[in-house]
Amino acid sequence: MARQTVLAAGGLIAVGVIAPLLPSYPLTLLTQALISAIFAMSLDILLGYTGLPSLGHAAYFGVAAYAVAILAVDARAGFVTCVVAGLVAAAGTAALFGLLAIRATGTYFLMITLALGMVVWGLAFRWVSMTKGDNGISGIPRPELALPWSLGAPLPFFYFTLAAAALAWLALGLLVRSPFGMSLKGIRESQSRMRSLGYNVWLHKYLSFIIAGVFAGFAGILWAYYNGFVSPVDVQLVTSVEALLMVALGGSGTLVGPAIGAALIVFLKNFVSVYTKRWLLILGAVYIGVILFAPRGLVGALRADAAPLPPAEG
Amino acid sequence: MHHRDLRIIAAGTLLAFTAALGGPVSAPAQSGPVKIGLLVPLTGAFAAIGKDMLNGTELYLDEIGRQVAGRKIELIVEDTEGNTATALTKARKLVDQDKIHVLTGGLLASTGYALHPFADAQRIPTTYPVMASDDLTQRKPAKWVVRTGWSTSQPMHPFAEWVIKNTRFRKVVTIGMDYAFGWETVGGFQRPLEEQGGQIVQKIWTPLNTNDFAPFLAQVKRDADAVLALFVGRLALQFMKQYDEAGLRARLPLLGGGTTTDESVLPQMGDEAIGAITALHYSAAVDTPQNQKFAKAFAAKAGKITSYYSEACYTGARWVVEAVKAVGGKVEDREALLAALRKVDIKDAPRGPISVDRWGNPVQNIYVRKVEKVGGKLQNTVVATFPAVSQFWKYNPEEYLKLPLYTRDYPSCKAC
Amino acid sequence: MTAEFWLTQAFNGVSYGALLFLLASGLSLIFGVMHIVNLAHGSYFMLGGYVGLSVVWRTGSFVAALACGALAVALIGVGMERLFLRRLPASQTLGQVLMTIGFALIFQDVALLVWGGDPYTIPAPAMLSGALRVGALHFPVYRVFIIAVAIVIGALLWLTLEGTRTGAVIRAAVDDAEMAQGVGINVPAVSLLVFALGAGLAALGGVIGGAFLGVYPGADFEVLPYAFVVVIVGGLGSLPGAMVGSLLVGLLDNFGKALFPELSYFTLFAPMALILALRPTGLFGRA
Repeated sequence: MARQTVLAAGGLIAVGVIAPLLPSYPLTLLTQALISAIFAMSLDILLGYTGLPSLGHAAYFGVAAYAVAILAVDARAGFVTCVVAGLVAAAGTAALFGLLAIRATGTYFLMITLALGMVVWGLAFRWVSMTKGDNGISGIPRPELALPWSLGAPLPFFYFTLAAAALAWLALGLLVRSPFGMSLKGIRESQSRMRSLGYNVWLHKYLSFIIAGVFAGFAGILWAYYNGFVSPVDVQLVTSVEALLMVALGGSGTLVGPAIGAALIVFLKNFVSVYTKRWLLILGAVYIGVILFAPRGLVGALRADAAPLPPAEG
Repeated sequence: MHHRDLRIIAAGTLLAFTAALGGPVSAPAQSGPVKIGLLVPLTGAFAAIGKDMLNGTELYLDEIGRQVAGRKIELIVEDTEGNTATALTKARKLVDQDKIHVLTGGLLASTGYALHPFADAQRIPTTYPVMASDDLTQRKPAKWVVRTGWSTSQPMHPFAEWVIKNTRFRKVVTIGMDYAFGWETVGGFQRPLEEQGGQIVQKIWTPLNTNDFAPFLAQVKRDADAVLALFVGRLALQFMKQYDEAGLRARLPLLGGGTTTDESVLPQMGDEAIGAITALHYSAAVDTPQNQKFAKAFAAKAGKITSYYSEACYTGARWVVEAVKAVGGKVEDREALLAALRKVDIKDAPRGPISVDRWGNPVQNIYVRKVEKVGGKLQNTVVATFPAVSQFWKYNPEEYLKLPLYTRDYPSCKAC
Repeated sequence: MTAEFWLTQAFNGVSYGALLFLLASGLSLIFGVMHIVNLAHGSYFMLGGYVGLSVVWRTGSFVAALACGALAVALIGVGMERLFLRRLPASQTLGQVLMTIGFALIFQDVALLVWGGDPYTIPAPAMLSGALRVGALHFPVYRVFIIAVAIVIGALLWLTLEGTRTGAVIRAAVDDAEMAQGVGINVPAVSLLVFALGAGLAALGGVIGGAFLGVYPGADFEVLPYAFVVVIVGGLGSLPGAMVGSLLVGLLDNFGKALFPELSYFTLFAPMALILALRPTGLFGRA
């Protein structure tokens, strides 16, 4: 496992080193991949480590992105205010939804998180005075930090995102190795066993839900700044499904797997679509292929401690 | 071959000679192609519209032999997948990697709003042939964007006047999609209508994910004179059918925004569409030689009737080419190209004459059209033409801009 | 709000619910027996509609469209299940999501390739057009037809499940697949049958829906959340649940849009979230 960590760290450093040599379009794709990686890793906490599959994870991503958009564009708020607001919004939403969702497991958990995600999507459309509805909020300025380089340029923003991604990865890595993280894995294996051992399973799941939401929000904040634009598409079902796909592709319960899955999907979508109109078909075939030949995901196939195929549940 | 082409070839040859004789240092840059970046949805829910847009663009460029001012034209097409975030990513690719000289295309309103700051930040001359949100050229214009299509309320202002002068409809129910395109259409109709003695007696907004209009149609006030409907694409198709099935077609004449009967969906409609009266800056049935020529050429290329989307991109492509000609092909001088884009004046586009106003929006004909069956096929027969209509209609622009944008609640529904 | 308003809206809600029943009953049964979350179920609906469209264009027969649409998609479903889904280890939710989404994307692209992106409506037979007039009320015949079809199919399903041996076998497999296998029931064959049935029903819904909702790209993912809402509200694996659920969702959606159009994005999913929060297995389901 330590070897995997070293490899992953090496990967991050390598990416940081070659960045100045890349033309700006691949660089922006790489930035996008990093943001998606954070989003996917946050879902992995919930799915891979706690065993709760969510189809509504985009809600927290989007709520934070909207918070940044609204504050940065309408109120001209500063960077710190926006970040704090985004994280608080994501945490608050996760805390609220967690109360409703945590009692369910398996497919029912999938469904209730889907419903909650749709409610947020509906809000994004309907609350036009705040979210500008279908038009979305555009013109979000890049953050003004006291740095000698402007974050408006692709390379400085890439490094900014890389630093954020490294931070998230470190934090989540520490989390999953902590006693709390261990107990999450125990819950994933068997909730009843953990309960009989005296763990407060509900509380553990609830906290995991909120933490996952907060890190999704973290990704959402970066996304708002990166794209300069937020719209209901960021909270729609397809976005949540894509996050799930990133985790499954890379391998749930490995943390680094979902990050790789995210990068793969971002590149597949944006590179393949430049060369063929049939990129959807190719993407679909890739998903099926991966599940058939590497059912635990690309990284999961290599890791012994990845989330094993869960026992039958209702 | 067109005279234009001969002249271009002659000019090009002359230029080549001049360059060979040691002409201006800028000559090497001038030998590369003029690169036009086109953003269209080729996959996803709007793929059919994206295809129309692409076909329209290609038709024009092929007609001129993909050459202008002695340089080749390279069209680089990127798929927006029907979503704005992807459109932004692809726009970045076009500007940073492909080094385009002009950016064009886009379909969704959100794409228009998102590309505005992008175009200004990148200082890339940009045209919008289709995106119609009013404010893009009113209260929130961008320096580097010129609209060559239309603004949402532009056709509705004269339409309201036409309704007052040519029909007995004074109490109108509006039913439209619950987003800015719907609000601006209804607002643009409501304002002149109510100034001249008409009244909107009910406003119904359908959520964007509606596919069954029954709950809304059941609420329509039966004692009104007419219904104004604003729908796009498959929703227009379904609405027409359900309007008829609900028994409303027999009782309440149907008016509409132009997209409700646009040729992108009209062929799929049945007789239930006959009699609907709508307004737009184009109709495939506009009876001029240049439109007939265009429609024929388009049908030969695409195998279907031209919609407003394809004409928009056909003329949009011409617009860009005219601007390139005006700067003598020196597209690297972006400021000059932008200025030229704002000065293009076309007298014989398929839709009629177009020029652009100070805010970057076209001044053009508006057609009132009625759906009729001619030769066994449905068409938008032109029943009235309003020439040289601007986005402000007869209102004073400065006064107009002081008022709010048309939204869901503005103008308010006093008679509801 | 007049009596006319309530009656019309109730009728609309019931007819919409009837269509949802066709879509969702199959999904519920599939889940009941195989515990598969099939995110390609909306694709079955859409493909059924497209196949029906082509059949009507070729032959002009609506009945043929219904039959061919249902059959073609049932076969596709069988293919999916036999060749791909069966390879998944039991109850691996994530794998199912990934695989079925993969198919959904492929179907979406194939549909775009074969039928293009233009929206169409399936022309309904002349005898189903027009409306029944009852006083001031106006009931489109086609919607009455949808209700009739749903009632017939519902009755057939009910009778089969409760009254025949096959039905008993299916119910056994839904209740407890392991036990059923233990008493000698060929559960994989049952699964296949149920899957084919579910896909075919969804496709039937697609052809029928194609005449008044239309057939267009994007129909698959638009209709999918509705299918899930019905199945969740009613409870996975329960036929009475699917009946009650679809009726409830149809009425809720209709009245929600009529009375509170501004909240229409919530009138469906907020109640669904609430029901699940209070009864995590849905109204009729079991854990």
